[in-house]
Amino acid sequence: MQTKDLKKSKISDYFAKLFGQQIFIPIAALLLLAIFNLIADPSFYQITFGYNSVGDPVLSGYIMTIIDYGSELAILAIGMTLVTAASGGQDISVGAAIAISGSVLLRILCGTNSRPETLQAPIIVAFLISCVVAMLFGAFNGTLVAYFKIQPMVATLILFTAGRSIAAWINNNELPIISEPSFSYFGGFIPGIPIPSPFFIAMACVIVISLVLRFTNLGLYTQTVGINENSSRLNGLNPAVIKFLAFVILGLCVAVAGLIKVSRLSSINYSVIAKDIEMDAILAVALGGNPLNGGKFNMTASILGAYVIQFLTTTLYKFNVQSDALSAYKAVVVIFLVVMSAPVVRDGISTLWKKIKIRLYVKEVG
Amino acid sequence: MKDKVVLEMKNIYKSFPGVLALQGVDFTLCEGEIHALMGENGAGKSTLIKVLTGVYGKDEGQIYLKGKEKAVVIRSPQEAQKLGISTVYQEITLCPNLSVAENMYIGRTNNLFQNWKKTNTDADKILKMLDIVAEPTQQLASCSIAVQQMVAIARAVDMDCKVLILDEPTSSLDEQEVEKLFKLMRNLKERGVGIIFVTHFLDQVYEVCDKITVLRDGKLVGEYEIKDLPRVQLVSKMLGKDLDNLSDVQGEHSVYDKDNVTVPVFETEAIFSNAGIKPFNFHIRRGEVNGFTGLLGSGRSECVRAIFGADRVLGGTVKKSGKIVKISKPIDAMRNGIGYLPEDRKGDGIIGELSVRDNIILALQVLKGFFKPFTKAEANKFAEEYIKLLGIKTASVDTPIKSLSGGNQQKVILARWLLTHPEYLILDEPTRGIDIGTKVDIQKLVLKLASEGMSITFISSETDEMLRTCSRLIVMRDRKVVGELSGEELTQNMIMSTIAGGEKE
Repeated sequence: MQTKDLKKSKISDYFAKLFGQQIFIPIAALLLLAIFNLIADPSFYQITFGYNSVGDPVLSGYIMTIIDYGSELAILAIGMTLVTAASGGQDISVGAAIAISGSVLLRILCGTNSRPETLQAPIIVAFLISCVVAMLFGAFNGTLVAYFKIQPMVATLILFTAGRSIAAWINNNELPIISEPSFSYFGGFIPGIPIPSPFFIAMACVIVISLVLRFTNLGLYTQTVGINENSSRLNGLNPAVIKFLAFVILGLCVAVAGLIKVSRLSSINYSVIAKDIEMDAILAVALGGNPLNGGKFNMTASILGAYVIQFLTTTLYKFNVQSDALSAYKAVVVIFLVVMSAPVVRDGISTLWKKIKIRLYVKEVG
Repeated sequence: MKDKVVLEMKNIYKSFPGVLALQGVDFTLCEGEIHALMGENGAGKSTLIKVLTGVYGKDEGQIYLKGKEKAVVIRSPQEAQKLGISTVYQEITLCPNLSVAENMYIGRTNNLFQNWKKTNTDADKILKMLDIVAEPTQQLASCSIAVQQMVAIARAVDMDCKVLILDEPTSSLDEQEVEKLFKLMRNLKERGVGIIFVTHFLDQVYEVCDKITVLRDGKLVGEYEIKDLPRVQLVSKMLGKDLDNLSDVQGEHSVYDKDNVTVPVFETEAIFSNAGIKPFNFHIRRGEVNGFTGLLGSGRSECVRAIFGADRVLGGTVKKSGKIVKISKPIDAMRNGIGYLPEDRKGDGIIGELSVRDNIILALQVLKGFFKPFTKAEANKFAEEYIKLLGIKTASVDTPIKSLSGGNQQKVILARWLLTHPEYLILDEPTRGIDIGTKVDIQKLVLKLASEGMSITFISSETDEMLRTCSRLIVMRDRKVVGELSGEELTQNMIMSTIAGGEKE
């Protein structure tokens, strides 16, 4: 009897602890979606092996789509998490910035001719230049937020509005097309590897950020600034520099996502590329249970959150929700997920759980 | 006399969870009287004001107003206003982008239509009557702070106000502006308005007030005519020390004389900051404990903040062991071996959601650099060492600091600075709001650290504590250093008379 009681309380303790964990929400959401799909239509999990038009081996299926498209979101979520934590606000210019960095990339690859036979510059050079440009735009946002103390959403609204025009202007409003096949590897498949490359790129980013968080004080400083700016200053930090840095890092993430995006098409559509992706990136952060007004963050939860968002989108596509109606459906699910991941609700659930536990215990004893 | 009484508060009780904020306080205000409400921080001044203006409900007691038979019940600031009780706060609560007249009349009629022409002439009349230099159509933001405050008063007066509460109206004004405000107050006094004046500036009280009511620890100390209460008496009443039966606590001051270096570790010359303190000179020797004393708002904290570079330093120099060092931001001070435990623990000290461990290592980590984080094992070792050393009560090193009690939070911040092994440690109110046991612990620790050669500046609202730990006191009044006491002069009496200034008994 004694041991049974003990065991029971241990289990419920464990659950109470689990509910309190930040990572619980994205995991729970993932499981919920997975189980729903399993019951509704197990064919969701079907992965087929085949060859694409060029004759390379590829794996296809809904899961592959999630891994593929979730990856660009995961990369953006890394930067968005840092910006959110440090500045207590979000960058809404991410989609427009992707258009810019993609446009720069194409411009350098194509040179003056919009339909070149051969690449005018090595891809790595073009990519590095697009990184610099995206980081400059990040620095622009960062300067407005950190030094001019403008609300992040208002500050990034400028680039949100102007970004796509700037992107079109970079290429004289022409639509460059890259015929070089190796350029399409980044958003598609590397010959001989049947798993989509964006996944590998995302994993590389995850490894880099985890190394950065491990071997520098980025995490500690960002959270300190986000939680108590006054105090961070009195402890020798410069809050403005930290916020600025967060925006620059997001710029780098934007350049990587931009590479994947333009590589998928080997071209660009200025007004459509990465449209509304900023909202999904912000949602990924929120879904990860990170407070959107800054402070403590959990990078793993954000990255997982990005894949959950893509899982949701893909699920809706699978059930033939029209693309016009997609946002509405998504909104309903998102409301639920975000409310569940709000700290107030999480605390509420864990107290409720404790109460139930006590009541059960009282019943048993009585 | 009796029929001149315009407001009477009787036997007011108010408690908050864990605190008895007001315990049977009486307060009487007559027509045409300027009545100072004095007391140190936590004495209950603002609670009393808030009970009177309906911000808080009272637990017990009655409030009587002239012309009302029964005791009145005030449930909200709007009700207070209707009864003729108006408040003007330290911070301007008007709309700076509206005109003066609009500010005076906004929200006072329920009519959809407003005759702006009439409003402007009415406003003009009142402004002229009260000698306020402002045009009704002028935008409020274009007026000086003093005029803005006077417009707020004019608005209050025009609403048929019988009791006017001025809550620290002078703290953001310069001397001439204060003079103008006093003129207005005297003008209103002649018109029969009863004014309650809350301030920390002793000089101003003696310049303009008729009566003083002193509160301490939520209790009424007494009501005095201004001429019957010399400054020294007032200070002693506020601090709760009777002059006659003072048993002076003489502490076991730290003795550190291992080296007889005459050059101070730190020295400032005519340093001043944007926080409004007058330039001051200061020095501290190795192994010395000294302190800044003075009433609340006298500029104690601002002085040490200037030394640490926490406020923007506008002039003056800081010397370390005789050499000039440049301190323009906290990190400069930290690199020169200064640590600063801030007065506002919640706002400036703790990083609420972070763990006790992260809070302890923060300052040392920042000094060490961005690319050299401590390993988790190192951080845990530091944290555990100081948790043990200072006896911090926490479930684990991973517990978020905000879930600790105030005293333990304070010890964590103290640990943060001790970990950096500063040469000079500034402790601003390290014992505020913490229990007696911890207080004594901290005092002992201060003396021990000093005997090991650390220089410490200790600031506290409690003079007892300062006398016990400090061997030299710098006395401040109205944002100026007005004296320095050491050795034989270190007595309650001397401190109080120096704080009061002017006259001596």
